[in-house]
Amino acid sequence: MKFRNFLALIIVAVFAFIIFQAFTIVPAAGEITINKFGQADLSNRTASRYINKNVNSDSKKVIYKESSNLESGSANIVTSVVANYRSFDTLGEITVLFLAAAGIAIVLNLEKSEKSRFAAKEASLILNTGIKIIFPLLLLAGAYIFIHGHLSPGGGFQGGAVIATAFLLKMLADYKFEIKEKSITLVESAAGIVFVGLGLYGLITRGSFLENFLATGTVGELFSGGTIAVIYTAIAFKVGAELTNIVKSLIEA
Amino acid sequence: MLNFLEEWSFFGGSILLILIGLYGVITRKNMIKILISLALMDTGVNLMLVALGYVKAANAPILNSVVQTNTAAFVDPIPQALVLTSIVIGTAVLGLGLALVIKIYDKFSTLDISKIRGLKW
Repeated sequence: MKFRNFLALIIVAVFAFIIFQAFTIVPAAGEITINKFGQADLSNRTASRYINKNVNSDSKKVIYKESSNLESGSANIVTSVVANYRSFDTLGEITVLFLAAAGIAIVLNLEKSEKSRFAAKEASLILNTGIKIIFPLLLLAGAYIFIHGHLSPGGGFQGGAVIATAFLLKMLADYKFEIKEKSITLVESAAGIVFVGLGLYGLITRGSFLENFLATGTVGELFSGGTIAVIYTAIAFKVGAELTNIVKSLIEA
Repeated sequence: MLNFLEEWSFFGGSILLILIGLYGVITRKNMIKILISLALMDTGVNLMLVALGYVKAANAPILNSVVQTNTAAFVDPIPQALVLTSIVIGTAVLGLGLALVIKIYDKFSTLDISKIRGLKW
């Protein structure tokens, strides 16, 4: 065994010791530490407020397809956290993704290398024909995933990723296929402006950034959740455009 | 034994993933393998976060025609929301890392970090 590997093992062992120490801490009275697996106590956690859809007042019963005009009308509680209660975090998150996409484009375009890595040639017939069929279906699946983000698993990020995959397949099949830089920028900026604009409108009319200002409707209906669906649609377009941009820069590098 | 496995497969497994990733980051010389190790660590942290919010025999935090009211037992939705963020950031970091690797390969014509001038290991 090389000395380097031995050293690495020692470092890993020290790390393992430190991490396992965290599991043996005995909590003092009223203190919360890491729970045992499968025994998370939600009544102590902020999560119970989100599940009861009442952050400010007492909890009440929410019934699927019956309760209406709740604080957050999304049937998917994760979505109500991501796109409503903590949507400011999400704004920061897509900003990070945007910065990464911009960074990749800058790094790869600083000086173009003379040697092209992939010899551009016609893809096989199977790939070409298959993608002609699957491309609209993928777009449709992506749209379904982000439109139903507040009702079922999925949402803007997943839908955006599926849409970006569709464009990746298209680029793989047809080396002449090219998305204009301008259109990607347009979609991305428009989605970002919609997101921030919704936030500012909430700030002006309701007093806090990104606060929901539409009627929340009945839980479980397609038109429910107020601004959640609009925000998730904007996120989907932004994420789709950003991931497409990343894939495009990496392929063209 | 089964109880132990059930209790520790997620925490222990996620910690193991983090440690394997750490070992890989330290010992590997190929830059692509280092990035894979980083992605492994990322996965381990995500798994750990989700496992911390798990409740035995509880439902996914979605109201639907089967789980009709919020009085049912749910797993913690907040770690899941955090992990959603974490996955996206992980993808972004991985992409940026790969872009840097492409540029370094252009300049030095090697993926081995020990053969790159100016870096010693």
